[in-house]
Amino acid sequence: MNDGAAAPGATDAGEGSLESAGRGESEDRETDSVAKLSLHGITRRYGRETVLDQVSLDVPAGGTLVLFGPSGAGKTVLLRVVAGVVEADAGEVLIDGRDQHGIEPEKRGIGMAFQNFALFPHLSAFENIATPLHSRRGEGATRAERRDTRTESVERVARLLKIDHVLRQSPGALSNGQKQRTSLARALVAEPELLLLDDPLRNVDAKLRFEMRLELPRLLADQGTTVVYVTQDYKEAMALGDRIAVLVAGRVEQIGSPEDIYLRPATKRIATLFGDPPINLLDVDPECDADGPYVTLSGRRYPLDPALAVAVGRQCTLGVRPEALRFGDASEPGAIPVTVEAETPLNEKVVDLVTTVRGREILVSRPAHLSGPASGEAHLVVPMERALLFERASGERIRPRGGSPGSPDTDAGGAR
Amino acid sequence: MRRSPIERALRGVALTVVVVFFMFPILWIVLMSFQTNETILRMPPSLDFTPTLANYKALITGKLVSNAGTLDIAFMGNLWNSVLLSVSSVALALILGVPAAYAFARHKFRGSEDIAFTLLSFKFAPPLLVLLPLTLYFQKIGLANTYVGLIWVYQLICLPLILWIVRGYFEDISPDIEYAHRVSGHSWWSTFRKIAIPLARPGIAAAALLAFIFAWNNFVFALVLASADKQPVTVGALAFVTASGIQYGQIAAAIVLSIAPTLALALVAQRYLVEGLSLGAVKG
Repeated sequence: MNDGAAAPGATDAGEGSLESAGRGESEDRETDSVAKLSLHGITRRYGRETVLDQVSLDVPAGGTLVLFGPSGAGKTVLLRVVAGVVEADAGEVLIDGRDQHGIEPEKRGIGMAFQNFALFPHLSAFENIATPLHSRRGEGATRAERRDTRTESVERVARLLKIDHVLRQSPGALSNGQKQRTSLARALVAEPELLLLDDPLRNVDAKLRFEMRLELPRLLADQGTTVVYVTQDYKEAMALGDRIAVLVAGRVEQIGSPEDIYLRPATKRIATLFGDPPINLLDVDPECDADGPYVTLSGRRYPLDPALAVAVGRQCTLGVRPEALRFGDASEPGAIPVTVEAETPLNEKVVDLVTTVRGREILVSRPAHLSGPASGEAHLVVPMERALLFERASGERIRPRGGSPGSPDTDAGGAR
Repeated sequence: MRRSPIERALRGVALTVVVVFFMFPILWIVLMSFQTNETILRMPPSLDFTPTLANYKALITGKLVSNAGTLDIAFMGNLWNSVLLSVSSVALALILGVPAAYAFARHKFRGSEDIAFTLLSFKFAPPLLVLLPLTLYFQKIGLANTYVGLIWVYQLICLPLILWIVRGYFEDISPDIEYAHRVSGHSWWSTFRKIAIPLARPGIAAAALLAFIFAWNNFVFALVLASADKQPVTVGALAFVTASGIQYGQIAAAIVLSIAPTLALALVAQRYLVEGLSLGAVKG
């Protein structure tokens, strides 16, 4: 176990400094005050499998951190370590700068909603929501007064979540959406300073998920609580988080704003996880001539940002978002001939599958109101200024040296 | 699901056959308990008899009147012993077994499986093998022929049963439900009492019922370790084999009286068992 040697309060301000120092974006906000929650080198193993590997991150008070990652990345385990129901093998959890080692879950002042709702099946929805209130000293001197305050709190949060009409029912009689709201209400009712939400929208239908995705940020902002939100839906992550921590195979691969993650992903894997249709990945071998570094696509020379000259001679993968691509005329600079194989209309956008002369498949996305070729020969314009370059073997993005204007690293606008 | 009338009729017939087949001995015993030895033993057997309460009267007053004279029997004492021994054994096994089952289900500690298996292995050994050394020990330490000693030995029957059945039920409760209660600000003990126990109640009821039946039906332990005043009905029934013949009427009445508590308990516990089956909202 962790020896808890670090003095309380001595938090490391550099976000993700232990793990992702080399990868983390420099513009990660530094917390001036003591972070509400900070994790240092959290490691957890189950048998031989390392589920969490040196996870370090900070969440400032009042902020929302989204923990995003594919299933099995260790998000839920990490949340449980924070809640104190699962112990870490190494590392420390600090809440308000205090080491939580040895502090029981009930003493941590946390609200938590579970992915499978985890409602108490033998209690009514009302009693479920009221559970966190029984343990805390209610206001009011007498027992009756305390009961009244409790009832009031439960009804207030139930009204907020629109479940006040089902409070008398048992969880078994509730729909999934109502169960989800009940579990959320239970997490919120005691107004905890730290709220852990474990993929609360996972098991609800699409319509409700969409509604809640719109409602939740406002609700959380009103409460003013610090939130750690786990999800494996990248849209949810982008909609809810001030900052997103991408967890892959138990490691934090990147922490940053939704924009950072989308436009400046640290690795190829992160680029693939965000975006639908997924990013196009093309293997390229950057070369250099008198005019500077370039890559070759379908026999055409595409100049690279001079700041990317470090990539020359390395095996690389070029990443281009489907929405960055567009069809154009053969005469346009940077246009390559392609064959449109299939077209999928997705209401607000149209996704085309095209193949290049060398047979490589590329996805192109365009807004539905723009017309484009549905089949046959066409020309594709590849905007190199919006392309990302990854080292093929490690999957890490090659960062421009010096950062010239127009590169994705400094250009904050664009492809969302 | 809709069924054709023929299918329903066949189903009814099949059920009746099964019920009659299994219930007939019980029914016959109930009928016997209202007859005298003469009407029971006549050939061919007939349902034409005048019911008599003499058998029950003999059992309750403790005076067995036969043609050879009057004999004292302690049947009501035996019945009381059975109740006392079974109830105390099950109660003790629940107090010890339920927390232990929870520990085995939730906390995987070093050797937990070995300990659980050792407890189960008590059921493997033939009781007679255990009894001989046990009797010698009990006589040395003064536990032979005491209720405490018997209840202790009965743990060999009750404890493994309760431990293993209840453990399975605890394992079926999603840990998230308990985590949710802990995070809501409640201690381990409160979570155990307010969440784990109520959710495992059907399992606890089933295990307690089974343990009670096994304890009630136990014969060998009580035969060897208890003398007349501590004997349960199973052993006490031997008294009906008298010098002047076997008192079938009284035996039947004694059986009816001794299965009544188990039957009543089963009917009460049935409610919990069914509740357990319909409590399907545990998982999201």
